[in-house]
Amino acid sequence: MWLQLKLEEGQILHELSIAMSIIEMAEEEAERRGGVRVNAIHLKLGDLSGVVEDALQSSYEMASYGSTLQGSRLLIEKVPVTVYCPRCCKQRQLESIQNFSCPECGVPTPEVIHGRELEVFALEISE
Amino acid sequence: MTEPRLLEVRKNVLKQNDTVARALRDRFRSAGVFVVSLVSSPGSGKTSFLEMTLTLMRSSYRVAALVGDLATENDAARLARSQAPVKQIITGTVCHLEAAMVEKALEGWDLEQLDFLFIENVGNLVCPSSYDLGEDLRLVLISVTEGEDKPLKYPTIFNSADVAVVTKIDLAKAVEFDWETSYRNIQAVRPGMEVLRASAKTGEGMPTYLELLEQRAQTRAKASV
Repeated sequence: MWLQLKLEEGQILHELSIAMSIIEMAEEEAERRGGVRVNAIHLKLGDLSGVVEDALQSSYEMASYGSTLQGSRLLIEKVPVTVYCPRCCKQRQLESIQNFSCPECGVPTPEVIHGRELEVFALEISE
Repeated sequence: MTEPRLLEVRKNVLKQNDTVARALRDRFRSAGVFVVSLVSSPGSGKTSFLEMTLTLMRSSYRVAALVGDLATENDAARLARSQAPVKQIITGTVCHLEAAMVEKALEGWDLEQLDFLFIENVGNLVCPSSYDLGEDLRLVLISVTEGEDKPLKYPTIFNSADVAVVTKIDLAKAVEFDWETSYRNIQAVRPGMEVLRASAKTGEGMPTYLELLEQRAQTRAKASV
């Protein structure tokens, strides 16, 4: 894990601060519910969130170490980029974030509907 | 101990930053200052470009800059040569600026005394993309020396920006920079994005860029009335 940290320093640091925010959020929520135990955090992670899944996963392990969330799992649900196609008048899922055009008709579109998510959407708890 | 159950939370992880950014944006609007942020990889010429911007604008506008850097104050010293007020934000180990850092750096500033405020982010094309700083306009800079495929390698930052500026165009010939390919790649990751060309060394392209800033500031001023 530390080796990886050195390789992509800038990137990992950013994921580390995000992992810490996630843990803080879960701890607050758990406390609010009367000190329940958090087994897992369900996170929605958009392809345009600017956060790298693997880096976040290793940062999470590190950041949760020694906290009440140590040993808990971070379950990441990736959210692909969905755009609105003005020609088809429909929401379409992009095939690649290197090409913002409708996969059906090919018209370029900058209108992002989904894919920027960075959201804790559920906690798996036991009382 | 009961069976584990799922508790719905639905919380944006960056909510705290977004809240501060929103407050900053409101503050900027009511003070009438137009805020431009700059993102790019290290060495793309952000500081030279910003120094030129401040120098050229100073005679007509009240301008100032905040500049983020991991460790040194060199950039602020360079920018101070423009005679505009400049403040360095040393981020330490943090690879990007966050709204709270901007808020803190602006403590004691009278924003009403400014027309334009520039915020130079830490040189990094990855991390700054997730953090709203309350800016009105985000510029992403790429220099001709970086090659044409930067937009394809970093689509997220291009997608979070409003306008792209290709810098160091005085070197374009020497490095055989292919303008068409570069433009096409930018449009692939951000269709419709305005792309400007500039050289902070020769001044080429700077008038068009300054016009764009003036126009955007006017449009925003009208929208806030």
